[in-house]
Amino acid sequence: MTAYQIQAEGLRKRYGKTVALDGVDLSVPAGSVFGLLGPNGAGKTTVVRILATLLRPDAGTVRIGGHDLARSPREVRDLIGLTGQYAAVDEDLTGRENLTMVARLLGLPRAEARRRAGELLERFDLTGAAGRTAKTYSGGMRRRLDLAASLIGRPRVLFLDEPTSGLDPRSRGAVWDLVRALVDEGTTVLLTTQYLEEADRLAGRIAVLDHGRVISVGTPAELKRAAGGRTLDVRVTDPGRLADLERVLAGVAGSAPTRSGELVSLPVDATVDGREALDEVLRRAAAEDIAITEIALRLATLDEVFLALTGHDAREGAAA
Amino acid sequence: MTGVGAAGHPRGVAFRRGPAGAGLTLAWRGLLKIRHSPDQLLDLTLMPISFVVLFTFLFGTAVAGDWHTYLQYVLPGVAVQTAVFASMNSAIAVNSDVRTGVFDRLRSLPIARSAPLVGRVLSDLVRNALSLTVVFIVGAILGFRTHGEAGDVALACLLVLLFSMAMGWVSVLIGLLARSPESIGGFGFVLILPLTFGSNVFVPAAKLPGWLQVWVRVNPVTRLSDAARGLMLGTPTGNAVLVSLLWTAAIVAVFAPLAVLAYRRRS
Repeated sequence: MTAYQIQAEGLRKRYGKTVALDGVDLSVPAGSVFGLLGPNGAGKTTVVRILATLLRPDAGTVRIGGHDLARSPREVRDLIGLTGQYAAVDEDLTGRENLTMVARLLGLPRAEARRRAGELLERFDLTGAAGRTAKTYSGGMRRRLDLAASLIGRPRVLFLDEPTSGLDPRSRGAVWDLVRALVDEGTTVLLTTQYLEEADRLAGRIAVLDHGRVISVGTPAELKRAAGGRTLDVRVTDPGRLADLERVLAGVAGSAPTRSGELVSLPVDATVDGREALDEVLRRAAAEDIAITEIALRLATLDEVFLALTGHDAREGAAA
Repeated sequence: MTGVGAAGHPRGVAFRRGPAGAGLTLAWRGLLKIRHSPDQLLDLTLMPISFVVLFTFLFGTAVAGDWHTYLQYVLPGVAVQTAVFASMNSAIAVNSDVRTGVFDRLRSLPIARSAPLVGRVLSDLVRNALSLTVVFIVGAILGFRTHGEAGDVALACLLVLLFSMAMGWVSVLIGLLARSPESIGGFGFVLILPLTFGSNVFVPAAKLPGWLQVWVRVNPVTRLSDAARGLMLGTPTGNAVLVSLLWTAAIVAVFAPLAVLAYRRRS
């Protein structure tokens, strides 16, 4: 028995003079979602391409489902499914034909291939469009078809490379639901994303990748804690009282509040008791008759974590 | 929500198909495309029609005195030319598979590494057969008549098809190496023009300047045209059939492995 479904050690890859991966280690427990988080150019796609047997690393070893990727790529391919960054569907074929083709390639007999294709079309809400060629599909429909294609073979390990980039919020939510459903059924999912919210919502564990290196690994909560304190967010009813509120907050924790719109945020470090800080703010605001519409003490967002870890924004390219 | 994932469903590995089965499935894919985009069919038929009509009337009187006599000479060669031109479609199709990520999907499946390429070459074989049929139909309408034995005519068609398949491997290699579909055009023409026009397809080698004759005589398209002409018209072919087959085999032996290598390397 292997506890880890995906195990990568010391992955290195360079393209000419550019170092894409500079020693990446990953361990993903079976039946979990693992998020690979990082800006463009951090090396996320390179990791996925190596794990999905599309690219050979210059150094390092990978075991998937207990199989050594370099020695038994075929056994690994039996276990995996891949949805890349671009919807890999044949535009000249219908949705149904795309799925049937993959099913036939995986060795399903004709009737069973059609049945499996129908099942997934249904699941992905594509039955109505099944007879149309994929070039008539919207971006979201293509993405769904692509996802469906990667699930034809009931993969034990699913790689999703930025599965929701370019999708509208509703489609994004649908992909999230699907990932959760798959994991409930025992699939192991490794997904890359530049959306911190996505990693936060889906992944049990996250590795933050920057310049080809894992700079931090942990649960979303651990990462947030590690990146330092919490933030006290307070919103006022009357914008005219913002300056007063800032003064009140500064007096509570001794740190400098920041303002965005009607929201004032105050960093709170670990030495301050959160409960007391909240009480104190409410008391002082009431004393000065400042009406508060919203108040919350929250952990750092992953955006803030990313900034703290890398010194640059998550969306910024890793150009340096 | 159920029924999508892996739970309780051991993957049907027992059904796994060999390279031939996967190749056939992918060839089927290539042919389905024709059904869904009739413009592809137009492509497959218009080119041969225009080749036959254009070259017969463009060069007919100038080269042979009258186009009718010329048609007998030129048609087998035009068939070869059509096959070579048509084989370049593979490059564009392969390149688009690389760009759209379809090849990535195929490469992540537990199928033979050569299957996508085999599928491509097989489906293009069918398409090329279609184009050749059009060449002969248009030729027959204009008055082309074969004088060879039926078996010889069939052999001529087979030779041309096999050669188009061999050139298909060259084309697949180009498609895998090309950075963009635009660069394929340039690549293809640099290769195709000397092969097809620098041959005896349109003008007998004896009428050409000496330096050009040297190239024309070694050009495989010349030898294949000699073979096709001889077999169809019932004239002697010398060693042209054998040499054509050797060329075909040599091109496959060199370019099929190179294409598979490029496919494995492509990342």
